[in-house]
Amino acid sequence: MKYLPLIWATLWRKKTRTIFTLLSVVVAFLLFGMLETVADAFAHPDTGVTGADKLISTNKYSITLSLPFSDAQQIRSVPGVAEVTWISWFGGYYQESKNFVFALPIDTDSYFNLHKDEFIVGAEQMQAFRNTRTGALVNSALMKKFGWKIGDKIPLHSTIWTRKEDGSLDWTFDIVGTIGVKDPTQASAQSSTLLFHYELFDEGRSFGKGEVGWFEERVDDPAQSAAISGRIDALFANSPNETKTQPANDFTMAFIKQFGDIGFVLRAILGAVFFALLFLTGNTMMQSVRERIPELAVLKTLGFGDGKVLMLVLAESLLLCMIAAVIGLALSYAALPIIKMGLQGVKLSPAALIPGIGIAVLLALVVGAAPAMRAMRLSIVDALADKR
Amino acid sequence: MFKQFIAVTGMSLRTLPQRIGASSVIVIGIAGVVAVLVSVLAMGAGFRHTLADTGRADRVIILRGGSDAELNSNLTRSDIDTIGNAPGLAKDSSGKALLSSELVTVVNVPKIDTGTDANVTLRGVGLKLTEVRPELKIAEGRMFRPAVRELIAGVGAVKQFRGLNVGSVLHLRNADWTVTGVFTSNGDIHESELLADVDTVGSSVERNGYSSAVGLLTGPEQFNGFKDALTTDPQLKVDVQREPDYYAAQSKGLSQAINVVGTTVAIIMAIGAMFGALNSMYSAVAARGQEIATLRAIGFGALPVLSSVMVEALLLSLLGGVIGASLAWLFFNGHSVSTLGGAFAQVVFQLTVTRALIVTGIVWACVIGLLGGLFPALRAARLPVAEALRAA
Repeated sequence: MKYLPLIWATLWRKKTRTIFTLLSVVVAFLLFGMLETVADAFAHPDTGVTGADKLISTNKYSITLSLPFSDAQQIRSVPGVAEVTWISWFGGYYQESKNFVFALPIDTDSYFNLHKDEFIVGAEQMQAFRNTRTGALVNSALMKKFGWKIGDKIPLHSTIWTRKEDGSLDWTFDIVGTIGVKDPTQASAQSSTLLFHYELFDEGRSFGKGEVGWFEERVDDPAQSAAISGRIDALFANSPNETKTQPANDFTMAFIKQFGDIGFVLRAILGAVFFALLFLTGNTMMQSVRERIPELAVLKTLGFGDGKVLMLVLAESLLLCMIAAVIGLALSYAALPIIKMGLQGVKLSPAALIPGIGIAVLLALVVGAAPAMRAMRLSIVDALADKR
Repeated sequence: MFKQFIAVTGMSLRTLPQRIGASSVIVIGIAGVVAVLVSVLAMGAGFRHTLADTGRADRVIILRGGSDAELNSNLTRSDIDTIGNAPGLAKDSSGKALLSSELVTVVNVPKIDTGTDANVTLRGVGLKLTEVRPELKIAEGRMFRPAVRELIAGVGAVKQFRGLNVGSVLHLRNADWTVTGVFTSNGDIHESELLADVDTVGSSVERNGYSSAVGLLTGPEQFNGFKDALTTDPQLKVDVQREPDYYAAQSKGLSQAINVVGTTVAIIMAIGAMFGALNSMYSAVAARGQEIATLRAIGFGALPVLSSVMVEALLLSLLGGVIGASLAWLFFNGHSVSTLGGAFAQVVFQLTVTRALIVTGIVWACVIGLLGGLFPALRAARLPVAEALRAA
């Protein structure tokens, strides 16, 4: 520690050079932080406790094929299943196709029992929802986005479901309340949710009556998930509508994986960034040591051992990389909200930034190694005689 | 002055090998930026090409009104009959309209690289398939037969998804389907799909009716008449689009997203590389301090000195740009990948490093080089001659 002032002074020997080197390392760690949090989010999509006890049953052959509503009774009777609910994909938007609304027809009792303690709905508003056939509960962020108020009658366009009444794709709902989420990490995933009654949906649509898009189950013991999934699927084996039951998180993960190996792409980019950086910083360190050969020789004359000189140069490299890494990672932490805006529904965890510190140490050792060795091997006589 | 410029630049370039370490920083830094930029943009370009190559101006796709995508759409048998009678459709020798009624579903087929299920399009197609889509060619095996559970797979799909080779059996909804052939289709989106007889697919998924109808017009100019005939028919509620328009709209969102992400990452990288270039050029100027001062002392102007530094930076970054673009081309051009396209179904496409992308990459390289060279060049030009000489 007592050498810190010495290291600090030599680091700033050439101010411009150090600043530029520092800035390019900062940029590399900014990229590292941004890309790594995204890669991490895709590799481990929200494995929070809320999801561990949830299963999802879809049609085995295609997510676009439906399942018969009557399966619900059979699934409920499976030992270990605490609750089952059914949902369909509505494919809704408001006015223009870019205004996507995550509208879901739900069975009120089983849905809210299954997602116990996950949503915040006022008791009065919940009662109003139960009492209103065309009622809808809307996420507050979505209300704000479109300027909706409680009491508004809003039309939603479904890209799939025509109404029996007039064959049109436009459905009208009455907003009776707002719905919030308790877990703040789920806030962005739920930001465009609109819930309405399954009864209204099933009675109103011109085809597909009695069918559901998928079932969701809550199990008593998450450790039993695999066995329960097997039992559910066995119920419908060899029927025309075989099911595929899996933990809800696995379902999400499989869906995300369909976009391709995003983690690989991002890490390949990072590889290119750090490879270029290695040259840049390594070169700066080498240059800096080369210029300081007479000084290092003086240090050795004063009695600094070979090991100590080696450590001094390594410490300088470490200091440079650490300062830059901390600034870069802090910047990427500050940029997280911006990335979140572009990637709705993905949970970004700042914990993914921690390995950055380890990488900074590694980088420092790799770029510092050659110059440090050179400083260590320096013979005093040659160096003082300026025989480089 | 031009002579001076040539002389100074020649001198600086000749001494380049002595500064190989610092110079390689510019080259490698910029090569990295350009390689990343070009590769990511090649992804966007490949995706766009696959969808842009789908369809022809004289072919139309008809969906139920307001459905946006085939997967959501629903047309009845009588809709199809009405559409078949509309004016402008090409006819076969027996006078039947060249119209393929299609039923689009997605089925779960595992991806080869991840082993997890992916949504692959199984498209039921009408009997007029080969006349409506003449670009479709069987590359291996034979065409599926109607009324039996046979299908043909696109070459793209065969590369990305498991168990689609000729002779393989696919278990779909209580029934086994045999892959009888592999087809090519001009590298368009249908190469990511599986094709089978529409009525066989319909009975398998218990669906009465169709997703869409695809028809060949007698000429592209027939489009408006054909569209008007269908949209003014009170019995029908359909959207009529030229095929290229439909597929362009499907690809817009994703290719824009890829470009935004790619450009953002490349801009941040470019800033980092620019600092590297600044460093290298400053040290180059410092190393040549005495030389430059001597030149100034014997009457060389500031401008030739300034330009020589700029030229050096530019040449190094140009080299970096060329290396970066070549690396991207070498490693990724033609690399086949797949992703979830606009309509919940997998699209297989190839990364395409186009000439325009290479030019873009090299332009970026030059801009980074110019910015990185400018301030060091100014310093070189302003170097106080007496002091620099005294430092010797």
